[in-house]
Amino acid sequence: MASTAKAPMGKSRKKRFGYDQWAGILMSLPASLMLLLFVIIPFVTAFVLSFYNVHLSSGHSNFMGFEQYRRILFDPETSPAFWQALGNNFQFALIVVPLQTGLAIALALLLNQKLKGIAFFRTFFFMPVVFPMSLVAVIWSLFYSRDLRGMFNSLLHSISGGAINPIDWLGTPGLALASIALMSIWAGVGFQMVIVLAGLQEIPMELYEAASLDKAGKWQQFRAVTLPSLRNTLVFVVIITTIFSLRLFDQIFILTSGGPLGTTSTVMYQSVTAALTDDNVGKGSAMTVVFVIIIIAITVVQRLVLRQEKEIK
Amino acid sequence: MRTNSVAQIDNRQAHRRRKTRKLVKNLASYGFLSLVTLIFFAPIAYLLIGSFKPKNEVLSGLGGFIPEHLTLENYSNVFKAFDGEATGYFYKFYVNSIIVTVAIVFGGLVVNSMLAYALARLRWTGRNVILGFVVLLVILPFEAIAVPLYDLLNDYRNTLFAQYIPFVASAFSVFLFYTFFIGLSSEIQEAARIDGAGPWRVYFQILVPMSRPVFASVTILSFLAAWNSFLFPLMMVDSADVRPLPLAMTVFFQQQQKDWGTIFAFGVLLILPVMIVYLSFQRFFIQSVASSAVKG
Repeated sequence: MASTAKAPMGKSRKKRFGYDQWAGILMSLPASLMLLLFVIIPFVTAFVLSFYNVHLSSGHSNFMGFEQYRRILFDPETSPAFWQALGNNFQFALIVVPLQTGLAIALALLLNQKLKGIAFFRTFFFMPVVFPMSLVAVIWSLFYSRDLRGMFNSLLHSISGGAINPIDWLGTPGLALASIALMSIWAGVGFQMVIVLAGLQEIPMELYEAASLDKAGKWQQFRAVTLPSLRNTLVFVVIITTIFSLRLFDQIFILTSGGPLGTTSTVMYQSVTAALTDDNVGKGSAMTVVFVIIIIAITVVQRLVLRQEKEIK
Repeated sequence: MRTNSVAQIDNRQAHRRRKTRKLVKNLASYGFLSLVTLIFFAPIAYLLIGSFKPKNEVLSGLGGFIPEHLTLENYSNVFKAFDGEATGYFYKFYVNSIIVTVAIVFGGLVVNSMLAYALARLRWTGRNVILGFVVLLVILPFEAIAVPLYDLLNDYRNTLFAQYIPFVASAFSVFLFYTFFIGLSSEIQEAARIDGAGPWRVYFQILVPMSRPVFASVTILSFLAAWNSFLFPLMMVDSADVRPLPLAMTVFFQQQQKDWGTIFAFGVLLILPVMIVYLSFQRFFIQSVASSAVKG
């Protein structure tokens, strides 16, 4: 009797496990297959292609080992353009990361007040985030127009009483990248702001109450309570903004095409134009590989910094 | 008695003073918030006002902010400027963007949530390997695979297929679903399983209805990314016939003779659906973006 009662139970457990096996495979199959085909295989292909000289138009390709890497990294003729582009990416990050993070904190603090109708303001601060970068670039190209019909030139002209001459915002080396950065900050800061705001709202009120009992002023509270509590959020924001800076492409393609004198060229711009304009997929892929290595390095640094924090706690 | 009333008056005065101070402080806050709002809204106002101005008055410095001589001409010009095989048709750009976006959003909701469910709640061999890959792929930005993908999809150039198929499955969406699913209490699911419901029934009848917030978040995030997508369409599309809206606007913008009025009207029509959805669901938009960052 006991044995007959046991047998079906064991069978059903086994059957249920078998069913999960099939359901698991079937349910995961569509997405897994697509991730394999459209992410993992391309990712591996980037490495493979970087060892070849590939021309899509003629279907011609031949193996050339590390030649593409030598050309983009070490060749005195062809490597300066790539190094300049990489330098521009980091210069852009150097402008955008501190400004955008600082501004995001300031805006988040503004929105973290207990005021009626604060959601109304939040709606506007966040609005540029939903705009495609292509449209942002089109609008700002009028702001940056080099004659007096440009919004910024017109603004400076009228507040200085005509003393400031029109500036070629996007055509002056040394200024063009900063102009692109300003536009990108406007378009992107709402994103970081929302993340910081979420971080602010998780800080327990008791910490502030304790601080004010200790007679800490607003600024001291910000330094002693707010900033340390936001540490993880801010590490995340800084990392993600740095990665955004490395991905810089749309605004460059639309507004400056990498100019003037390559001062706004970026790694992605070089990589895409190598593939599209020069019909050199191998070169573009080699740049992609360098790009990926940098992204991975940054992510590893992020993990290390965050782990350190956990150990301290 | 006397001292008491003095104290009362003092008290009332202090109360009133505190109230006034708070009012002044609030007014200052509102003033500052409004000023910042103006700065943030200025480029959007410029776009909106410019789209209704005569085409030679759009690019006019600060004058671009002044709404005068308003006309609907730019909007009719958008349809007139795109009315042939060479330029493409404006309605076609819209249709292209809608098809690509719908395929990415709905295809993505189905396949990514199913994978996440299989990873979070089912036991099967291979699960840990795939979970490991998903976690690794989350950090990989699309830019890292754009060039090789351009090579691999060479045969599908100038198709809508090439514009949506690489974006349907998304490690990031899987990750968002996964973290939500493992955060849900599994009691109801376990109970249903004991009552004999299979994994498919649990998924469709219990998990999906319980997970509206994460479905909403993924919908919003993938909708934004798909509708605004630029890099890959730029690489894959030469023909005006399959251009999505942002690419079509950029091609038009880069022409030598710029008709700013028409460009701005195009821009407004491009952002209009996003704005309608954003203004109706702005709380969800902001929550989705915030939740997308909570990881690591």
